[in-house]
Amino acid sequence: MECRTDFSQWFDLPWQDKPLGLESFDSIMLVDCGNYGINVTIFNSWLVIALITLVSWLVTRRISTGKNVSKMQIILETLVIWMQKEAKETSGSGSQKYFSMALGLFCFIVTANLLTFIPWFRPPTASLSTTMALALIVFMAIPYFSIKNAGIKGYLKKFIEPVPLLLPMNIFSEVFSVFAMGLRLFGNMLSGVMFAGILSAFIPFIAPLTMQTLGLLTGSIQAYIFALLALVYTSSVKKEEETSIT
Amino acid sequence: MDSYAIIGAVSILGACLCMGIGSIGSALGEGQAAAAALTAMAQQPDEAGRIRSTMFVTLAMLETTALYALLIAFLTLYANPFWNYAVNQ
Repeated sequence: MECRTDFSQWFDLPWQDKPLGLESFDSIMLVDCGNYGINVTIFNSWLVIALITLVSWLVTRRISTGKNVSKMQIILETLVIWMQKEAKETSGSGSQKYFSMALGLFCFIVTANLLTFIPWFRPPTASLSTTMALALIVFMAIPYFSIKNAGIKGYLKKFIEPVPLLLPMNIFSEVFSVFAMGLRLFGNMLSGVMFAGILSAFIPFIAPLTMQTLGLLTGSIQAYIFALLALVYTSSVKKEEETSIT
Repeated sequence: MDSYAIIGAVSILGACLCMGIGSIGSALGEGQAAAAALTAMAQQPDEAGRIRSTMFVTLAMLETTALYALLIAFLTLYANPFWNYAVNQ
């Protein structure tokens, strides 16, 4: 099968020639093989993953204690300790097992959102496929951690609480709360990108800069919220003894 | 008027109404939440850090309602299924 590669499209500024639209990030194909290919969203999320891996590898390769600690190691340690504290505050004891997932989600989303300061970078989180995939991870993690904590009986008991009559509502809220997480991240990032794009069509010089600065703030807050909600949802079912004490 | 002219006009009007009405409730709710958080922070400055982080989460969750309206507005403007149908006809 023949594949057409065109990486120059990566350097098209967002909204320059392409029409505004919901699917426009996914429709820019860098490698096109007919039915399948690599679009900008996938390529950029690979870039983000590679960046995180590279930085973590470079820092943890020469990890040290004492006074000669590199700056990057301090930054990463602060990040880990901060997320551990958050996990402990939201999920109480035994938070160690949730925290690595939350930190992974946080690192991916915050890197993807903050890299928008590069003008050509289209954030992968502004595509519904990426955010829904991230939400799907949380959706899978909820039964996993719940059954690990309280057994299958304890997990299923959550659905008939407080009364069995509310079973459909509980199932609906279980699905939709995770679905809403994906939609929230997508909506925030898409609105940021679109607003900057529309503004740069009118006032191309200074004005989009302020909106993009605001976008950086929104992006980091959204990453924090995504990680926090993932923590809250995954640790929602605990053992009987734990819940009775707290 | 052609059918696609009507669809285009109604889509734009619908998107504007959706955004305008949909953001009212979220804006009022966010204002109340922020006011309550500020009051709590003024009364208990020691707990300001925790209150602030909880407030951010709450604000983002309240914002979700407006974001749904925004998504529907985008959907009617850019991914309207009736538009393609009318153009192809």
